[in-house]
Amino acid sequence: MSPWTSVAAIAGLTVVSIVTRGFFVIPDREVPIPGWLREALRYAPLAALVAVIVPEIAMSDGHLVGTWKDARLYAAAAGVLVFVTTRSLLGTILAGTAVLLALRLGLNW
Amino acid sequence: MSSSTLWRHPEFAAGARETRDVALGIGAWGLVAGVAMSKAGLGAAIAIAMSLCVFAGSAQLAALPLMVQGAPLWVIWATAFCVNLRFVIFSAGWRPYLRSLPRAQRLFVAYFTVDFTYIAFMRRFPQPGDVRAQLAYLAGNIVVSWIAWQAMTILGVVLADVIPERWGLGFAGTLALLGITASLLVDCATWTAAAVAACAAFAAFALPFHLNIVVAIAAAMAVGVLIDQFAPPRRAAAASEDAA
Repeated sequence: MSPWTSVAAIAGLTVVSIVTRGFFVIPDREVPIPGWLREALRYAPLAALVAVIVPEIAMSDGHLVGTWKDARLYAAAAGVLVFVTTRSLLGTILAGTAVLLALRLGLNW
Repeated sequence: MSSSTLWRHPEFAAGARETRDVALGIGAWGLVAGVAMSKAGLGAAIAIAMSLCVFAGSAQLAALPLMVQGAPLWVIWATAFCVNLRFVIFSAGWRPYLRSLPRAQRLFVAYFTVDFTYIAFMRRFPQPGDVRAQLAYLAGNIVVSWIAWQAMTILGVVLADVIPERWGLGFAGTLALLGITASLLVDCATWTAAAVAACAAFAAFALPFHLNIVVAIAAAMAVGVLIDQFAPPRRAAAASEDAA
């Protein structure tokens, strides 16, 4: 991608940030949102997050991981465990990264 | 109302203080984003410009591989839009609080509101009230999170080559998203929607340009609406799950 195309891409992405974050504050008048759509939109962030993290945790080269000796699985499990017990995002990150590092550097998983 | 005096308002300090407590998390995620952007091979200047302008970590990380592959611009923007869809929903929440401002100011404020801003603000102001206090709180929150994010992102861009890939630092970003995901799993409907999204994202993984994310969102929204239509009320579902 040429530098100018990159600049265009970034300019567009900036507009996307403004438009998405400000979506429903743009109109001056009240906007009626259908009830079913409001209900459905409730699930969009969750689905987007899941769709992003599942391949990161449990897939490699486009396939499900075929081995239990994958540090990511245990790092994710440790992260979930810490989050469920402490509700701390930072703790989740630290615990998961610690497990990942230990298994990668220690056991070569 | 002058923005220059907002920082004197006591709510500014309150917003800044609460954000300071999570600044480490924001910073870690920024560091990861900075390293990832630098590793993507677009160059430090582009990476830093992207962070300063776009100010949306997950959208940036989703857009990067597409930019490196030379995907069409509309695909890059559409992908970022999909990843940012949650902000569209949050913006409906911001509307009653920002109503008294002119449109340009509403958009200006909304642009700086990230996920944590929304969560913290709604906890502090469950109902719209004193506009000046709310804006001061927002300003305090935004200043701290913006500085923490940008400083650590730039540090990540600069240090990218010093931090070995083998450390798997990029996985810290996934772990942060994992924690946010876990916090959204509150009842039977959200668990089911998440499971459907996971299966859909996996099944549609071969699609180009991260379109499996769009497929997963559509599938989860459809299933979520169906559950809301036919399943018992959410409270009852959550209660029965607790009992199980």
